[in-house]
Amino acid sequence: MLQRPARQSAVSSSACDGPVIHFENVTKAYPNQSRPALESVDLDVEKGEFVFLVGPSGSGKSTFLRLVLKEERPTEGRIHVAGKDLARLTNWKVPHLRRRIGCVFQDFRLLPNKNVYQNIAFALEVIGKPRRFIRKVVPEVIDLVGLEGKRDRMPDELSGGEQQRVAMARAFVNRPMILLADEPTGNIDPATSIGIMKVLDRINRTGTTVVMATHDAAIVDSMRKRVIELEYGKVVRDQSRGVYGQAY
Amino acid sequence: MRAQFVLHEVWIGLRRNLTMTIALIVVVAISLSLFGTGLLFVKQVDNTRTLWQGKVQLSVYLCTKISESPQCVSNGPVIPSEIAQIRQDLVSNPDVANVSFVTQAQAYQLFRKEFSQNRSMIDNTSATDIPSSFEVRLKNTEADATTVAEVIDGVRGVDEVVNDSSVLDKFYKLLDGARNAVVVIAIILIIAAILLVANTIRLSAFSRRRETSIMRLVGASNFYVQLPFLVEGMIAGLFGWLVATGLLVAVTSWLDGLQQYFPFNVQLSTADLVEVIILAMIIGVLLCGTTSFLTLRRYLRV
Repeated sequence: MLQRPARQSAVSSSACDGPVIHFENVTKAYPNQSRPALESVDLDVEKGEFVFLVGPSGSGKSTFLRLVLKEERPTEGRIHVAGKDLARLTNWKVPHLRRRIGCVFQDFRLLPNKNVYQNIAFALEVIGKPRRFIRKVVPEVIDLVGLEGKRDRMPDELSGGEQQRVAMARAFVNRPMILLADEPTGNIDPATSIGIMKVLDRINRTGTTVVMATHDAAIVDSMRKRVIELEYGKVVRDQSRGVYGQAY
Repeated sequence: MRAQFVLHEVWIGLRRNLTMTIALIVVVAISLSLFGTGLLFVKQVDNTRTLWQGKVQLSVYLCTKISESPQCVSNGPVIPSEIAQIRQDLVSNPDVANVSFVTQAQAYQLFRKEFSQNRSMIDNTSATDIPSSFEVRLKNTEADATTVAEVIDGVRGVDEVVNDSSVLDKFYKLLDGARNAVVVIAIILIIAAILLVANTIRLSAFSRRRETSIMRLVGASNFYVQLPFLVEGMIAGLFGWLVATGLLVAVTSWLDGLQQYFPFNVQLSTADLVEVIILAMIIGVLLCGTTSFLTLRRYLRV
């Protein structure tokens, strides 16, 4: 399943849209640590790609995602996201960058006192979208992630898989250019994970670039997408249509 | 900007830290009302001062047959020619604005009126025991009172020169001291209020760190993330101010009521009170707003 022909990366490259994520010789060293979390990383992610980021814990996957979000600044090197040079992006413009990036985490990060609909609507409310717009798009995205009929459930009434679907709906509701997923199946059993991957694939098919950090070899092997492997902060493998790797 | 959303978040924040919010309101209320009291004190003192400055400043008492000062004892009671001379001296003095003579008979009438409750006092005092006097108004009270007093004091027939403003000065010093104490306490409380605002907002930010982290993640602007906290601080400040306003109005009306029992003039108009209350509001809201803002800059960074 899920073995549809892989989309060609770099869909039509008109003049203005280069790679959506562009790392150029990026090094990130945290203070008081002997080894940098990322070291001289060069990579491009094209628009519409689906990329797996694999590697053991501490290999720099999370640092990569944090750098894309500009939650951290690189010690060296240049990063472009959605055509913007992050080094030249002022702090007050960072929120606008993040509106073009959706995020999904292992621990879902839902608001426990809001129901499914409110959790998704919250992401639009806080960026000041009009209520009419919210009423229109939230039900659509609830359908997209397969939570029809559960819009009034509270997070604690949902299974882990369903909660992750809510988180994905929230990340996608503003139609971001990029979706970052940090071990989205980490807390979910393998059977449910397949459903999660289906949703991510569906999101990818709308033209959204998906970058997913994961440990889950079965998922990576079944999807046959581009795989970037990190080890000790370095890119040790970058394969289109790759697998998780023999070493694991 | 979605006002409903912001107000809802504010309500959640205030409700979640109810105890801190109440503490904050109380401290803001007390510090603002003390501050307001200090301001009212200042106004009261200033108003009394101008009121008294228009009145008598020097009283020149003349010798009677029972006067005890050495010059009266050696010269005997004042005689009309001496009175004329003293009047001449006073009128010709360039610092004197106005001189009026109070005869013994007039002074005795005043005396009888003031001690009307005390029969034995009146019975034992005859009209000639009460000294006649010159009531002198000066052009420039503060500066000239002592110099004029010194000049007149030595003139034949003068028993004693009483400088009214020196009596008032003691009273003013007392009032000034009380006012300063109130202002110092108010400042200390305002500092406490600032710390409490900072703490409350920090607590509020901490208890809603889930919401704020998600807000930042989905790209809410700093303004949107911070506004609910800012409004929260300002609303607490506003409530504190409302309580303070109540206290200030109560204090002034209580002082008004006190006037029946004491010969004490409250020189505060409603306009003064309103002015102080408005000033207190501006200070209260600004204080809470600025403190919240500065606290948030530390705790809710991008």
